Parts: sequence; C-alpha cells; structure tokens
Amino acid sequence: MRRRSISYSRYGFLFCLPFILAFLVFSLYPILYTAFIGFTDLKGVATKEFHVLDDPFENFKNLLFDNDLFRNSLLNTAIIWIINFIPQLGIALLLTAWFTNRRLKIRGQGGFKILFYMPNMITAGTIAVLFSSLFAYPMGPVNSLYQMLGWSDEPINFLLDKWTARGIVSFIQYWMWYGHTMLILIAGVMGINPTLYEAAEIDGANGWQQFTKITLPSLRTIMLYILITSMIGGLQMFDIPLLFQNGGPDNATYTASMFIYAQAFKGQYLYNRAAAASMILFVIAAVLSAILFYLLRDRDAARLKREERRIRKAAAKGGVMNA
Amino acid sequence: MHNTAVKKTNSFALRLNRTFVYIVCVFLALLSIMPFWIMFVNATRSTPEIQSGISLLPSGHLMRNLEVLVGKSFDPITGFINSFTVSAGTTICAIYFSSLTAYALVVYNWRFRQPFFTFIVLIMLIPAQASAVGFYQFMYKIGWTNSFLPLILPAIASPAIVFFMRQYLLGALHYEIVESARVDGSGEFATFNRIILPIMAPALATQSIFVFVGSWNNLFMPLILLTQKEKYTLPIMVNLLRGDIYKTEYGSIYLGLSLTALPLFVIYFLLSRYIIEGVALGSVKE
Repeated sequence: MRRRSISYSRYGFLFCLPFILAFLVFSLYPILYTAFIGFTDLKGVATKEFHVLDDPFENFKNLLFDNDLFRNSLLNTAIIWIINFIPQLGIALLLTAWFTNRRLKIRGQGGFKILFYMPNMITAGTIAVLFSSLFAYPMGPVNSLYQMLGWSDEPINFLLDKWTARGIVSFIQYWMWYGHTMLILIAGVMGINPTLYEAAEIDGANGWQQFTKITLPSLRTIMLYILITSMIGGLQMFDIPLLFQNGGPDNATYTASMFIYAQAFKGQYLYNRAAAASMILFVIAAVLSAILFYLLRDRDAARLKREERRIRKAAAKGGVMNA
Repeated sequence: MHNTAVKKTNSFALRLNRTFVYIVCVFLALLSIMPFWIMFVNATRSTPEIQSGISLLPSGHLMRNLEVLVGKSFDPITGFINSFTVSAGTTICAIYFSSLTAYALVVYNWRFRQPFFTFIVLIMLIPAQASAVGFYQFMYKIGWTNSFLPLILPAIASPAIVFFMRQYLLGALHYEIVESARVDGSGEFATFNRIILPIMAPALATQSIFVFVGSWNNLFMPLILLTQKEKYTLPIMVNLLRGDIYKTEYGSIYLGLSLTALPLFVIYFLLSRYIIEGVALGSVKE
C-alpha cells in the first residue's frame, strides 16, 4: 500500500502550464509592452529605435487634456452604450416577466427565444453594413417603407444626422443583445425557489406584486453582472461603428476602440499615443471590474468569515485571560 | 354570483393581456427576421429592382450578382477557408487546454490552486484592446504578422472557458473514477484524455459552438494582423463591400453580406437548442 503515498499534486501545476505560458506570452507581456510604449516616442512603420520621453506622461497628458478627438470618442462610447442599455434591460425584463408568468402561460416560447437571440450569432460587421444599406439614400428599403406608409414624401438621408446615426448604432447593439440578456434573466428566475411564488399566491399577491417583490430582488446580482459585462463590452465597441459609417457622420459614432485602431494602424502610425489610450481604457475597464467584484462579493460568506474571526479572537483573548 | 363575475373579468383581462404579449412578441420576432430576409431577397435582385422598393419575394439575378461580386476582389471561398482555419484552430486550442486547466483545478490539490483560480477570475475581463499595440509590435518583431498563429495560439489561455469547464467538472466528475483509473495503472495524462474528456463531452460541445462563432465573428485582431488579401477572413472582407468598388451594385453587396452570414445561420438553426441552453448555463453559475 506504499503506492498510496504517491503525490499527484505536481500534475496540477503541470496541466496548468500551457495556460500559464500562453497567458505570459500572449497576454501579460503584450500588456506590459503596451504600457511601456505609452511612455515612449514610438511612431511610424518599421521604426527600430525608440526612447522613453523626457516627460514620460506626455502621451497621457496630451490625450486627457488636449485631445478633443479622444475625449469625444470616450463620450460617444458612453452615449451609444447608454442609449442601447436602458431599453435592452427594460425589454429583456419585460419579456422575462411575461415568459415566466405562471398565469399567462405564453406558448411558443422556444421559438421566440430562438428568434430573439438570432441576431447575436451573426457577424457584427455584416449587420453594420446591412443596416447602412437598409438606410441607404436616396433609395433604400427604409426610405421605401417610409414612402409606402406615407410618413414622408421626400427621401430622407438618415445617415447625415448625428443623433440618427448614434441611434441606429445603439439600436443595432440593443437588437443584437436583448435576447441574450433575456435568456440570462429567465435562467435567473428559474433559479428562484418556486415555493416563494406559491406562498405569495396563497397570500393573494398578483403578478405585478410577485414580480416586484420576489423576482426583481432575487435578480439583483444577475442584473449587476449583466450591467458590468455589458459596460466592458460597450467600452470595446468597434466593429459596428467602423463598418456602419466609419465613425461618421462628423465623428458622431467614433468610439474609443476606433480611436486606438486609427492612431496605431492608420495615417501616422502613432503607436505611442494609441498605447497610452489603451492603457486609459484598460484602467477604466479595471475600475468597472473592481466595482463588479465589490458589488458581487458573497456578502453572507464575508459576514460569516468576519464573525468567525471575531469569535476566534475573543476565544484567544479568553484563553490568555484564563491562563 | 359575485365570485363568478370576478372570475369572468379576471379571465377577460388575462386574455387581453395574453393577446398584447403575443402581439409584442410577434413584432419583435419580425424585427429579428426582416433585416435578414430583405438581405437574402435583395441578394437575388438587380440594382434597379432594389431601388424600386422593398420586395419579400426573391428575383432571378442571383448569378449575375455573384459574377459582379466575385469579379471585383471579393473572394468568399478564400475568406471562408481562412475564417474556418482560424476558428477551428482557436476552438481546438481553447477547448482542449481549458479542459485540461479546469481538470487540474478540480482534481489535484496543489499549492497554488486557490490563488491561481482567483487569478483566472480576475483576468477574465481584460479587453483585447488593452494589449493590441504591444501584441502587434511583438508579432511584427518575430515576423508573425500575416500568419494565423497569433490568432489561434492565444486561445490556449481562455479564462472564461476554464471557469465554465471547472464549474461543469465540479458537478459531473466523481473522484472515484480517477482513483480506479490509477489502480488500473493509467497515467494521469492518459486518464484525462481517455476518461475525463468523454465525461465532459456535453460541456465541450456547447462551449465549442460559442468559441467557434466568437472567433468567426472577430474583426479587431485579424484586421490589425492580416494585411495580405489572400489571408483575409470573412469579417475583414465585409469591409470591402462598403468601399467604392461596389458603389451601386446593391445586389452584389447584399449577396456578399448573405454569404458571410449564411454559415452562421446554418450553425444556428442546426444547434439553436443547445445554444439557447448554453447561454443560460454560462451565466447563472457565476
């Protein structure tokens, strides 16, 4: 029975090794390298030599205080994300309430779920070009529809208006993601103890009361999760505005990720400025994630741990006193 | 008497509610279908037909649109092969190594197990843009631009998939299986490959779909790394459809879009049940 004492623990590390190596080479090193480039004068194609700037924070200062385009791109990113997120969560919650309502008993849910989720699977770039074709001027499907319904006699050039363009990009984002959000919320409702609803029904609570008093509070954690993942996804918004109108009209849909891409890989190849911008974006994402972990931490477990520690401390003190 | 009256109004209100819900749902379903429907239909119509208004029925100009499309630098076959190579490679790397990592986190009690898991959770949300410039410079230096390797190999470290696989293994794996394999003289690595992977099959399948589609739809990294036309993936090719080359060839533009979307529709309608389940599974446990 000596074999039993063989230690297998080294396999744990061994099996994680590919992950660790890939992370170090393809993630950690590039991030540190990006951060470093942010402090240098690296620009232009095939530049071999570059140096840390005399004022290392010059790129960051320039971006934050003098660069209207960058500030504008952050603002656009935030605006487009907010216009998409509020209706997205609203509609998803409404559909969740309907689909899980025990009295309504909506049929064909499977089919509806498949159709609502469908846009999420299709390449975002394809959808962006598709929408820009649908809103084409002077003749495109949406203009045809407007004339058929008698909403307008003249063709409208939708894509010239800043807010219309932002609205369409937000709509695409909303349209691609509300099904996903709904599926997550429904799964969350399925996880709620059904006896809660039974008890509420016996007490005479109606559907609306059950939704606001049981469902919504139970979904708090899941909604926070949706909020933060959507925020971080929104920060990276790139494909749709790029292929929709290339950030236009008048930079109204120009996002932070497009800024990074355009600085580094087009025109003057300002790698240093793009790197500094990515670090600023990274810090924003990190702060948002930190908020997520803080809000989502297991409160009961944390409280239990604190209690335990206090008791142990008290016991230790007591022990000393006894001795 | 009074009671039945209440019941009647109740059931009337219920029916009214239900009708309203169905109207909204059908509207949203149409909203999902219509843009794609118009896209597929317009792929078969000529430019004058498209300009004359909306039609829900296909026309007969598919072949001519295809000729124009392929005649002007849009090469769907190459794009398809490139996209498939990258997505398949990414999927294999991500799924195999994430399972291996998850297995190591569940079965072996090694020193840094807990810190390593915390670390994986922490790096899950790092955006790709954060490292793009450094990544590009690094790949440029070692001559890996215009190669598929830098698009595939980073998938070996896919924290979100490790997280999911670990969650699955915690529920599905019984330690006795590993023990009895050891008694039978199976090596640790062989045990993983021959016994554990088959147990994980359902999780592997679901995650494969998401990884594959995610990689297929990825634009940012391929756009930065691939500059040679013959290396373009389909999402980069979509960009060509916007340019001046196809200015008034609307039918060809819609056809190009349809071709990039078609494989995804096929995957989706074959596997929608698993996909819908997978979305729910991936999120609840976090």
